[in-house]
Amino acid sequence: MTEDQPSSSGIGAAQGVATSSRGARAPSGSLAERLIGRAIQVTGISTVVMVVLIFAFLIREGLPAFVRVPLSSLLSARWYPIEGYFGLLPLIAGSLIVTVGAALIALPLGVATAIFIAEIIPDWARDILKPVVEVLAGIPSVVIGFIGMLVIVPAFRVALDIPTGLTAFTGIVLLAWMALPTVVSVVEDVLDTVPKTYREAGLALGMSRWQTIAKIVVPAGKSGILTALMLGVGRAIGETMTVMMVTGNAPRLPSSPFDIFQPARTMTATIAAEMGEVAQGSTHYHVLFAVGLTLFVITFAINMAAAMVVFRRTKRAERMLS
Amino acid sequence: MISRQVSERIAFGVISLTAVLVILPIVGIIAYIVVEGAGAISWSFLSEMPRDGMKAGGLLPAIIGTLALTVGTAIVAVPIGLGAAIYLSEYSKDNATTRAIRIAIINLAGIPSVVYGLFGLGLFVIFLNFGTSIVAGSLTLGIMTLPVIISTAEEALRAVPQSFRLVSTSLGGTRLQTIRRVVLPQALPGIITGIILGIERAAGETAPILFTAAAFFLPKLPSSIFDQTMALPYHLFVISTQVPGMPLQIQYGTAMVLLTFVLSLNLIATLIRRYYRQKRVW
Repeated sequence: MTEDQPSSSGIGAAQGVATSSRGARAPSGSLAERLIGRAIQVTGISTVVMVVLIFAFLIREGLPAFVRVPLSSLLSARWYPIEGYFGLLPLIAGSLIVTVGAALIALPLGVATAIFIAEIIPDWARDILKPVVEVLAGIPSVVIGFIGMLVIVPAFRVALDIPTGLTAFTGIVLLAWMALPTVVSVVEDVLDTVPKTYREAGLALGMSRWQTIAKIVVPAGKSGILTALMLGVGRAIGETMTVMMVTGNAPRLPSSPFDIFQPARTMTATIAAEMGEVAQGSTHYHVLFAVGLTLFVITFAINMAAAMVVFRRTKRAERMLS
Repeated sequence: MISRQVSERIAFGVISLTAVLVILPIVGIIAYIVVEGAGAISWSFLSEMPRDGMKAGGLLPAIIGTLALTVGTAIVAVPIGLGAAIYLSEYSKDNATTRAIRIAIINLAGIPSVVYGLFGLGLFVIFLNFGTSIVAGSLTLGIMTLPVIISTAEEALRAVPQSFRLVSTSLGGTRLQTIRRVVLPQALPGIITGIILGIERAAGETAPILFTAAAFFLPKLPSSIFDQTMALPYHLFVISTQVPGMPLQIQYGTAMVLLTFVLSLNLIATLIRRYYRQKRVW
């Protein structure tokens, strides 16, 4: 019924409960009571107002960019704002490579970790490991970027024998790791919702535990794994501080999708690095807002798509149970 | 063909190895920061102003700033978040408004933190003319924190059995009385856990305060909520990337203070959740 999305901090979403039955028959009470009820409704609706406000302000400050800078210039390959070059392609390509790379790594690792925690280890070990994975969600991204700079970057430079460890690859690895709590918690929730009878049926047919997991449990949770992928992507594309600190921030257009062992610069890092230094109302200022608007639209689309998948899954689960 | 038992053993082995390889660094990163940073920690490190271009002295203004932003975030996010959660759990019908609210919450949760920063800059700093200030930063972080608080609080409220509400209603309780005297007290531990987790996230964020609240360096503490402030996450970013010749130990020490603050909030939330889950009778 509901399109709840498990929050990124690893807390499961509220299970769908028919909203209409909740306290619907209670008397509505006095005037004061009705006023408070109204106030509570207003706080609920305020969330919608906030999304609209965010969108409105991004448009208000971002749209002038498309007026001042010709589209052909925005779609060029050169980002050099001081001389008036506002080509967004390197930034978009940087975000794309880092995000897709991180998602591709995070998904199998996350699914494996979720299976490990939910299906393989005993309960007492789960009680220890689950909070440990949740702790990762709590480590500030600036701290991960800091360790990345001081430990991972030099290690990659030596291990991969490249001129600098500040590369898109470094960002991909750290982002994949950071997206893990999101992926693990979503996949775990899904594995939990696969009915016990499915497993029992598999085991009764003489399948091993692994065959049951691989052939029954995971396929039954397919749509949830898709949701996890999308939320992981959503988290990776929005990550700012870690990426800014470890990818080297060179706005260059990669020569191929596999050109990841060189510095790159994402849209988020560009905003964070440059907004502090631009004059309010300048072209550069508006272009940075336009980059933010683009990010908003992308994450909006990803989250809507993820919500649709969850919505359809709940619908199907209801059908199966009825 | 390999037997079922062998294939299971190989598969479980690979999965376990993968899981251990991703979980171990979590403990590793924390241990490493503690080992490298513990030497910098002293009372003066926590209680003094920075000196010599931040290369000596303490973290006091950054600590105070982060505390102020954390409290500010809570003041903004708790009433709205709790209200919205109560609305979704206790009042809402399955209609277009409810669906719009749910879609809004999902999207608030997905907006990149740096985009919140842009929004805060556009609305609070410039349009409402709060300037780069604790107020602007708290409002920005507060809105960013809402989805976490709403979804955990709603989950806690929904976990209260329906029969509790029915009993209260059958005894003549109005809906508000039922919520206030029956549902909220039962859901309180879960709600508090959600609030702490939300605030923990806000306390560690850098991107949303970059252009709304944070200052590179301030010679004195902020005197009003309309002043800019230093903050631990931004301070760590500054001293590790913008200040050449910064002693490593101070950097690790700063990371350790930030991590300790954030993870103790996390620990408190986990303990509350665990304690009340065991105590719960339903």
